[in-house]
Amino acid sequence: MAVQGEVVDKTAAMIAGPVAAADWLVIAPVLLPIVAGAVLLMIRHNIRWHALLALVVHAAMVGTNGLLLQRVLAEGPVSMTMGSWLPPFGISFTADALGAAFSLTASVVALVCCAYSVRDIDAAGRRYGFYPFLMLMMAGVSGAFLTGDMFNLYVWFEVFLISSFGLLILGSEKAQIDGATKYAILNLVGTTLFLIATGYLYGTFGTLNMADLATKAGQIGEAAPLMTLATLYLLAFSMKAAAFPLNFWLPASYHTPPVITGALFGGLLTKVGIYALLRSLVMIFAAERLVLAGVIGWVAVATMLIGALGALAQSDIRRIAGFLVISGVGIMLAGIALGSNGGLSGAIFYALHSMLALSALYLLGGLMRQRGGSFSLHSLSGLYGASPFLAALAFIISLAVAGLPPGSGLWPKVMLVRAALDVGAWQIAAAILLSGFLATIALGRVFILAFWRERAGDKATTAGVMSVSGCCALVVLVLAMLAMGVLPETFIRLSTTAASGLLDASAYVHAVFPVGSGS
Amino acid sequence: MQTLIFRTATPFLTCLMLMFSVFVLLRGHNEPGGGFTGGLIAASAFAIHGIAFGVPVVRRALYFHPMAIAGFGLFASAVAGLPSLLFGMPFLTGLWSAPSFFGISVDLSTVMVFDIGVYLVVVGSFTSIALALEDREHD
Amino acid sequence: MEAVFAILVGLFFAAGIYLMLSRHIIRILLGVVLFGNAVNLLIFTNGRIMREVPPIIAEGLDVPATAVANPLPQALILTAIVISFSFFAFLLVLAYRAYQEIGTDDTDGMRVAEPADDGLPPMGY
Repeated sequence: MAVQGEVVDKTAAMIAGPVAAADWLVIAPVLLPIVAGAVLLMIRHNIRWHALLALVVHAAMVGTNGLLLQRVLAEGPVSMTMGSWLPPFGISFTADALGAAFSLTASVVALVCCAYSVRDIDAAGRRYGFYPFLMLMMAGVSGAFLTGDMFNLYVWFEVFLISSFGLLILGSEKAQIDGATKYAILNLVGTTLFLIATGYLYGTFGTLNMADLATKAGQIGEAAPLMTLATLYLLAFSMKAAAFPLNFWLPASYHTPPVITGALFGGLLTKVGIYALLRSLVMIFAAERLVLAGVIGWVAVATMLIGALGALAQSDIRRIAGFLVISGVGIMLAGIALGSNGGLSGAIFYALHSMLALSALYLLGGLMRQRGGSFSLHSLSGLYGASPFLAALAFIISLAVAGLPPGSGLWPKVMLVRAALDVGAWQIAAAILLSGFLATIALGRVFILAFWRERAGDKATTAGVMSVSGCCALVVLVLAMLAMGVLPETFIRLSTTAASGLLDASAYVHAVFPVGSGS
Repeated sequence: MQTLIFRTATPFLTCLMLMFSVFVLLRGHNEPGGGFTGGLIAASAFAIHGIAFGVPVVRRALYFHPMAIAGFGLFASAVAGLPSLLFGMPFLTGLWSAPSFFGISVDLSTVMVFDIGVYLVVVGSFTSIALALEDREHD
Repeated sequence: MEAVFAILVGLFFAAGIYLMLSRHIIRILLGVVLFGNAVNLLIFTNGRIMREVPPIIAEGLDVPATAVANPLPQALILTAIVISFSFFAFLLVLAYRAYQEIGTDDTDGMRVAEPADDGLPPMGY
């Protein structure tokens, strides 16, 4: 502190001017779940209020994220630097169209999952802390989407990872502990790689602010081992996104927890990896991504095909969904490999679609279990007769996940195939089409066996009743997917804006450093 | 643990460590120390108490569940960033005031609230881990 | 001094990765700890190693007059240590539970989540 009477000039280090209250929209989607998670931790044993508070806060998150996205689209990226320190010294939160769109979709999925969980999570699960973990995980996910600082991104990764461990072992069954061990160790190695890369990054650039990095990466050129950095980031984030050689933790763990947790993980967590890849490789290490494009392309092809083939070999609906998550990651990686505006906007649109569609697939599995009494294709049967409503939902979800009209998966795949053919990357275009075909077979078989097959002898297995909250949640997701599939123009425009914001980061940099550029 | 010396010394040790942890917490504003270190010292104090007298004694002495304490700390830290909204400054900007009590000027700040929050998070979460591990030893 | 640390970091990485290649969870965990500490040392070395020069800028200057160690990597390490500590505490408890429930710490024997005899889905009605 300054000695009394002495006046210290702070303008060289601190932001002097007032900050508009509207700028707080950047931090609100992170702050709300943290505060709610803290309150829920305090009233952990008073479980009556958990679901209600979680629903209200998720709705508030959707609201603030929506306002944020609206503001970003109208006025360009919004930035706020914590503690009034001038960037790059303070930690910046910067929302551009990409971050705000991802954050909004994530909060919509979380709200829907939260509605589903009202019936699905019993008193024991609530007392164990399902809702506090959920809130803290959402804080981590939103923080990762909105932060503008590389080390802060690492911290948010750890926040949602630690909360996801808690969610993963909720219930403590044998299979869960088995799956969680693999998930935890492999993800810990992945984030440690992220930390190594970030340490080198600071050693090379002397800054961790993404906007600052984006301006400096082009200037440093050959003077520093940027290729090593870009490769390390590719490795670390591919591990988080479950890309081909590093994908084995995902099918080992995502089917073990309650289906609601699987829906959240499958919908959101791998997309954080994709988001981080977009942010680091496309915005910061653009030149290095060009060199790595061939590798990323083949990794994408392998991921798509391995995921789709894996889905064909499974008989548990949740494990089929797990492999389809991997297949989708390959499709988004293909966009990153292409790197053109068309490819990137296809990848971004696909990510938005995939958050909705894969959560819906997991929730559908949950409802099929409620109605038919099992997750296994060996014993599920006759659901079409039992519930035509569920069959209709399942039909639309299957179309959307496989990328057929009128589902939401069609348009991003069209954009990606066109972008791939534009640059002559026939293997990527072929893999996208082939993986879509294989996914159609896998999901078509689920439909044939679980819905059309005549009911097996004992009728007792199909006596279950579906929860109303679960049905409402799924209907909301299906309507959102249909909207994406039937009226794609809005979403195409949104993803194109997001992609051009990544390719030309000047607006992003300008939001963080209003006067001139660089520090 | 049934050692007489240990059981006799522990209450004093726990008190000393708790007082020292508060000292370290407050010292952290201008000198080495702070919420994290202070919280670790306090958590070790509870851990030692648990080793000497058993986990139930510590849980009763704490009154609140350790995770609730951590939750309150998280709440305090997050809320400490909010007052700057009223002054048109970014989240977590430190605000200071120096009211004087009986002629002694006391520096109060939102930074301190934040640090106390960190202290409570660390106390809560680390005590809860330590007590869970100590509980396990007797299975 | 930095060269010695670089070799040390290399040794830490080698030992950590060697342990992580083991089939036994407890060795993998020890490997993870060494791996994490290797990263911390690496970042620490990145920020320049120097004794007895506080990183305080004298009045009237914009940069320190002499070479000083960069304090920011040390702050990064502190954060990383806290995170890896809580991770490790969690993993330790998880591994112990896994050992109790599944009865082995050999990863080859941990096939509960992905049973080997799961079989293919039905090929037709």
